[in-house]
Amino acid sequence: MSVELRPGASPTLTHETVRQIVREEVERAFRRDPAAKKACIIASKGTLDWAYPPLILGSAAAAAGMEAAIFFTFYGLNIIHKDFRRRLKVSPVGNPAMPMPVPMADTFTSLPGMKRMATSMMKSKFRKKGVAAIEELLDVCRESGVRLIACALTIEVFGFRESDFLDGVEFGGAGAFMSEARRAHVTLFV
Amino acid sequence: MADVKEDRVLDCRGQLCPMPVVRVGREMGELEPGQVLKVLATDRGAIVDLPAWARDTGNELLHWYEEDGHMVFYVRKGSDEVP
Repeated sequence: MSVELRPGASPTLTHETVRQIVREEVERAFRRDPAAKKACIIASKGTLDWAYPPLILGSAAAAAGMEAAIFFTFYGLNIIHKDFRRRLKVSPVGNPAMPMPVPMADTFTSLPGMKRMATSMMKSKFRKKGVAAIEELLDVCRESGVRLIACALTIEVFGFRESDFLDGVEFGGAGAFMSEARRAHVTLFV
Repeated sequence: MADVKEDRVLDCRGQLCPMPVVRVGREMGELEPGQVLKVLATDRGAIVDLPAWARDTGNELLHWYEEDGHMVFYVRKGSDEVP
């Protein structure tokens, strides 16, 4: 119910009318709040399994018309490195939550070749189930305007160069992230 | 309800999250307000994803049902303005 003020008529403002007007304005302000349409995600892990959540969440945010930014720091740089296909791996060592085809002793998981096997098993299982590959998710992010920001400090400390990263990647620091994140309702640390 | 005629069909069968929502979002961009998109999907997550997405983007999920091992969604485009 909206309060109508006929032009020329002098309105009698009752408490109820004022409350109604305030309620409507507040609701309108919430609807228009840009922070409700912003998502800032930090991606700090560099294994294949953990590459999926930030990219999927960023894509979903963009698909819902939100402004999304993913800030890659520490090992998360692996995801946006030009060589991500080789760098992203998954290891069964110390990963008791990882589903295994057969029960496996911990010492067995650290044998040579196990990491490579676990990585290729994950890739082929995901492909068979119809999950988009990392490459495709990166394309979706870039095409739908998700900002991919690489942490300048990590680049410096780990000895990378800006040219090591995919086209379209921006470079920033904690200040840049905070400035975006403070105006975003969705802030996630992966 | 069951005799709403779709203007376009989008087949997302065999694709998992986030692709159904991503593709529906893209396809919607090419429809006129009021037009209806029929979406085929096998991703069980779409049952919750698509209505939530529609609500957030000012579109309307008309109805959905299951047949032959996949799901069928009818989504009508709202206005071009994002709410």
